[in-house]
Amino acid sequence: MIESPYYRAEHEVFRQRVRRFIEDECLPHQEAWQKACKPPRELWRKAGHEGLLCPKVSVEFGGGGGDLYHCLVIMEEQTRVCFNDLAFYLHSDIIAPYIEFYGTNEQKRRFLPRMVTGELISAIAMTEPGAGSDLQSIRTSARRDGDTYLLNGQKTFISNAQNADLIVVAAKTDPQAGARGISLLILETAGADGFRLGRNLKKIGCKVQDTSELFFGDVRVPVENLIGEVEGQGFYQLMRRLPEERLIMAMSAVANMECAVEETVAFAKATSLGGKTLIEDQNASRKLAECKTTTTIARAYLERCIDLFIEGRFDANAGAMAKWWTTEKCSEVIDDCLQLHGTGGYMREFRVGRRWADARLGRIAGGANEIMKDLVGRSL
Amino acid sequence: MNTAADLRSGTWPATSLPYGEDHQIFRDSARRFFETECVPHREAWDDAGMAPREIWKRAGDLGFLGPRIGEAFGGSGGDLLHGVAAVEEQVRAGVIAPLLWVHNDIVAPYVVQYGTPEQKLAILPKMACGELVGAAALAEPGTDGDPLAIRTQARCESGDYVISGRKTFVANGATADLVVVSARTASGISLFVVPTEGLAGFSRGPLLDKLGQRSADTADLLFDEVRLPVASLLGGQEGQGLTQVNERLVEEQLMMGVGAVALMEAAIEHTVVYTRERKAFGHRIIDFQNSRFRLAEARTEAAVCRVFLERCITRFMQGRLGFSEAAMLKWWSTEKQCQIVDQCLQLHGGYGYMLEFPISRMWLDGRGARIWGGANEITKDTIGRAL
Repeated sequence: MIESPYYRAEHEVFRQRVRRFIEDECLPHQEAWQKACKPPRELWRKAGHEGLLCPKVSVEFGGGGGDLYHCLVIMEEQTRVCFNDLAFYLHSDIIAPYIEFYGTNEQKRRFLPRMVTGELISAIAMTEPGAGSDLQSIRTSARRDGDTYLLNGQKTFISNAQNADLIVVAAKTDPQAGARGISLLILETAGADGFRLGRNLKKIGCKVQDTSELFFGDVRVPVENLIGEVEGQGFYQLMRRLPEERLIMAMSAVANMECAVEETVAFAKATSLGGKTLIEDQNASRKLAECKTTTTIARAYLERCIDLFIEGRFDANAGAMAKWWTTEKCSEVIDDCLQLHGTGGYMREFRVGRRWADARLGRIAGGANEIMKDLVGRSL
Repeated sequence: MNTAADLRSGTWPATSLPYGEDHQIFRDSARRFFETECVPHREAWDDAGMAPREIWKRAGDLGFLGPRIGEAFGGSGGDLLHGVAAVEEQVRAGVIAPLLWVHNDIVAPYVVQYGTPEQKLAILPKMACGELVGAAALAEPGTDGDPLAIRTQARCESGDYVISGRKTFVANGATADLVVVSARTASGISLFVVPTEGLAGFSRGPLLDKLGQRSADTADLLFDEVRLPVASLLGGQEGQGLTQVNERLVEEQLMMGVGAVALMEAAIEHTVVYTRERKAFGHRIIDFQNSRFRLAEARTEAAVCRVFLERCITRFMQGRLGFSEAAMLKWWSTEKQCQIVDQCLQLHGGYGYMLEFPISRMWLDGRGARIWGGANEITKDTIGRAL
């Protein structure tokens, strides 16, 4: 049960709606989508119809006008059935805010309402081969040519790209300027000449979430698609969003490890081991006690972080701490849970194995944990 | 040298606790007391193996004994947060003796919570002024951690109890004049509150030689046919001892969490100062990537612990902190405290091994916390059984 002054009855009502949707519209297709390595396009429309997309986007643009606890609810409900690789959060909580917070009124009106309904599916393209967490050294360029930018370059590890109608692309509008030369452009993929979707990359986990390479060869993007209409703001726009993005990653990590522990406790109660149940075994019981302690503490920490965020008191440092710590603990705890399952834990039919593989991404994505520690360390 | 107190910064997560102005005044005055009246004597008290009796009186005069004892009983009627502030300031100052928290948070609450009105009136005012120093004598040789296994007996004899047995690892054992003792009675285990002055048959063993916390006296207490009036039975009813001990554990473990978090924070702050000042191979130690990573880890773990601690404190004040959560806080925070202090010592290099640096004392003094108040393994069993 969430213990926060900001978590209200309406969140619980929302939770029931989300749960129904995930169970009725998604769960029956889980395996098929995992095999296809992407969810179907129609799913987004359905999710939009049920109010699952962009819960935080302002009502003015058709969004839910909610807060981070709405995002948490969606994340938790997906994770409960091991469906955290359905990357709604990316569209709703990572990408939409770029347009809502930094976009012009015209951009907001053009894109946000259709993102809310699922008519437009979005992706964000930052990483390049050879430039991971180090954003300043990206090489994709956007050269002004009349009323358009000419986009050239290559991106990789881009989630949601297979279905994406709009892609927020980080590109250098001034290749000489380093961080100050970066801008964010909205690429509309329909009929974009010179844009090519590369392979849907095969991943260790997070199977439903498609992740692709992108290629741009003289792709024309109209100047009115420059987010905020001023060049060179991209790096700062990205930086300012990091605390919340990292907090969202922490949500996913906490939800995932909690579910694993819950499932493992149930498993340990139902499994016999030499005349008793597994949970009566001293080592198993202590291991589970440790896991339960970690998740209980992580939960308290997460809720405090969300509350501080809502109060406007959650900075870059706090985001880095929350991200590395929860994703690290998530992997540790789920690894212990997998071990307690024995060989069954290695079979994909048990959720714990899939959770284990999914969790691994958290320590890399959104700024590798080493980068997080460096950031925190530099603040001391 | 900078002390951790000078460095207390706003970078810790903002507190969620309802601290008021009087808590701050109390905290400031506690800090002054520890820094000016205890820190200068630390080494002398280490050598003596205990702090002098006068420092207890002084602590009493200043209101640091039983800050939570009600005004009707001579206390200052504070709340849990006064207790928290006292423990935090003592830990941050690096002061072990006088071991106020044993007196304030272990012994006095037994009387407050379970004592008869007569017991409260007779004992609490004296505890609040420092006339009586408290100790809890529960463990016995060979029973460590298992309150059920004790052998000390209290038999009824012509209207009195007669107690015989030996208690060990009694904190404040050499100083205490009021001891809460567990013993077997006809209807199970019972607790007695025992003023020791002039008590026939009562004696103390020599000071136990500990790895750390050397200025805090720890001793065995011996009861040889000690005759006590019926009025010494805590709460006036036999057989309640085990329940009382178990119920009190939640708050004791909570206060251990307070101490553990304060200690890890102090260790980190000392280490940040040290690694900023000290150079190696031409660079400040803090500029090495490994130092930054280790300190970032420690700082994050400490922040997480503090958030959980505050949640536990809040729940306790609302009367709904459960056994499992208190147990989680206890084992986790003391385990993390030792890991962090150890890492901080490592970052000090050779100086970390020298007793003149605070980090070395923290390393030695902190180790006990994983053992007492329910060894961490036992504590995990409590959680495991509740799953």
